[in-house]
Amino acid sequence: MAAVAYVRNAPGPILPPPLARRGAIGWLRANLFSSRWSSAVTLLLLAFCLWTLPDLIAWATTRAVWRASDGALCRAHQDGACWAFVADKLDYFRYGSYPQAERWRVDVVEGIGAVLIVWLLWPGAPRRGFGAILFFVVYPVVGFVLLRGAESLRLPLVDTQLWGGIFVSLLTALVGIVFSLPLGVLLALGRRSRLPIVKAASVMFIEGVRGVPFIAVLYMAENMLPLFLPPGWIPDRFIPPLVGAALFAAAYLAEEVRGGLQALPRGQYEGAMALGLSYWRLMGLVILPQALTLVIPGLVNNFIGLFKDTTLVASVGMVDFLAAIDNGLKDAVWSGPTLLTTGYAFAAAFYFVFCYAMSRYSAAIERRLALGRRQ
Amino acid sequence: MASDPIIEFVDVHKWYGSFHVLRAINLAVGRGERIVVCGPSGSGKSTLIRCVNRLEEHQRGLIRVDGVELTRDLKSVDEVRREVGMVFQSFNLFPHLTVLENCALAPLWVRKTPKREAEALAMKFLERVKIPEQAFKYPGQLSGGQQQRVAIARALCMNPKIMLFDEPTSALDPEMVKEVLDAMTELAEEGMTMVVVTHEMGFARNVADRVAFMDQGEIVEINAPNEFFARPQHERTKAFLGQILR
Repeated sequence: MAAVAYVRNAPGPILPPPLARRGAIGWLRANLFSSRWSSAVTLLLLAFCLWTLPDLIAWATTRAVWRASDGALCRAHQDGACWAFVADKLDYFRYGSYPQAERWRVDVVEGIGAVLIVWLLWPGAPRRGFGAILFFVVYPVVGFVLLRGAESLRLPLVDTQLWGGIFVSLLTALVGIVFSLPLGVLLALGRRSRLPIVKAASVMFIEGVRGVPFIAVLYMAENMLPLFLPPGWIPDRFIPPLVGAALFAAAYLAEEVRGGLQALPRGQYEGAMALGLSYWRLMGLVILPQALTLVIPGLVNNFIGLFKDTTLVASVGMVDFLAAIDNGLKDAVWSGPTLLTTGYAFAAAFYFVFCYAMSRYSAAIERRLALGRRQ
Repeated sequence: MASDPIIEFVDVHKWYGSFHVLRAINLAVGRGERIVVCGPSGSGKSTLIRCVNRLEEHQRGLIRVDGVELTRDLKSVDEVRREVGMVFQSFNLFPHLTVLENCALAPLWVRKTPKREAEALAMKFLERVKIPEQAFKYPGQLSGGQQQRVAIARALCMNPKIMLFDEPTSALDPEMVKEVLDAMTELAEEGMTMVVVTHEMGFARNVADRVAFMDQGEIVEINAPNEFFARPQHERTKAFLGQILR
């Protein structure tokens, strides 16, 4: 066969892509300077950062007051943060007025909680079922006894009036999340139920709670719950805000979950029914695992919202983290113009770390699940 | 006609709103009998077989499956569904579970079979439909034909007395139809009672004991396949067969 000049008969060498497409320069070109418009935005944002960031960083670091025993030094350095205030008040921010000698109990409860949460959220962790029992059954009891105290165990009682600070914020958020999810799922199922009374009750609850501001729910829980229950049934004024937070979040989660239930094709229900699965098995084994997976972003969004909304419990007299900062600012020893910004900057950082962690976790879980059932 | 019917329809009517979708259905399916139901779309054939395991409720008449009458009583419905397997046009596998878990689910939770046994059962039926090697994949990773065979295995894992097939091959690419029909033919050879809604007339000719033709909610004609195809009695049957057997 005659060789044709234009047809190659051996494969050519595989050449690396041109230099400008690889490495840092390639990345910059692809992501930041891909077009004129994109380049302009990049430069504009860069200029903005250069204009604001150095000052902010200097405010938080080099110009800040790190060590002081009272507000005098901070008043003298008004162009920097007053971290000395945060350091001095850190124990109060964490525990509120919880007696100093007993604060180890809060640490223990927080520590156990952290370990259990990591155990449950770690996708490959062993024996998560056992961990779930510990977390949902044993932990609340142990936590309550430790925090509240029990004379029989030689743990002095600590009145909830003294509770405060970060641990109250975490506690409210945790109780809210743990109770609102199952309740929200039940409400979502109730709203789609064929039983008219169940359906009507679910719709009324969801619409009723959603139509009212969270603050109003808190006031109602604080003032109306005692009216509905026989006297002496509410063991502590700490409980109503927790109930209110859980109920409020449940109404929103219910709608989120309902969206997931509706997104599933009817065939999934029929396939499960044809196998003879009862209603609860059908829901628990086939429908909910898929529906909840679909709405993870929305669920986490709600949890993040709930976590930040816990600051509102301060309005019914609970001393949460933000309220603890406000209380700290009232201390005459530390009065000064920079304290407010410093305290709130610290609070913002605290909330951001937790919320960002939740958001990252949900993103990772979504990626993992997408991998498992790729089409 | 079957002397000891396992499925009985006596004067069954059903309406969707004002649309009369099943009209005076009388049908008796004997044990081990294979019935193919055909007819134009909208003729009520899917509704008919979905009434057998009460995915659809009938409004008048009586349906009895293996001696149990289907009523509003949920217990009777559960009882029937345990004994009746169903294969759907759109497979309806559970995408969040592996093939093996799909098959073992009902034995595990409805029959309370121990996990190890349920999984062994699942493997046995996956081998029968010739896809044991896919057991640990997710349904989304399988071809349509493979998914439908998994669906057949999943239904068989409950050891049903009756198998219902609702257009099992009509969502498949042509080259996958055969593998599903082969699995169904094999099942028929083992003596399973089957009610099959399909347009696969070759399958009807070779496998069915009787072929029923439905139109506008009625069973127009029901006969042994030879007679049915060679000498259709009604004009509507002739017109339908003329259209699909070209």
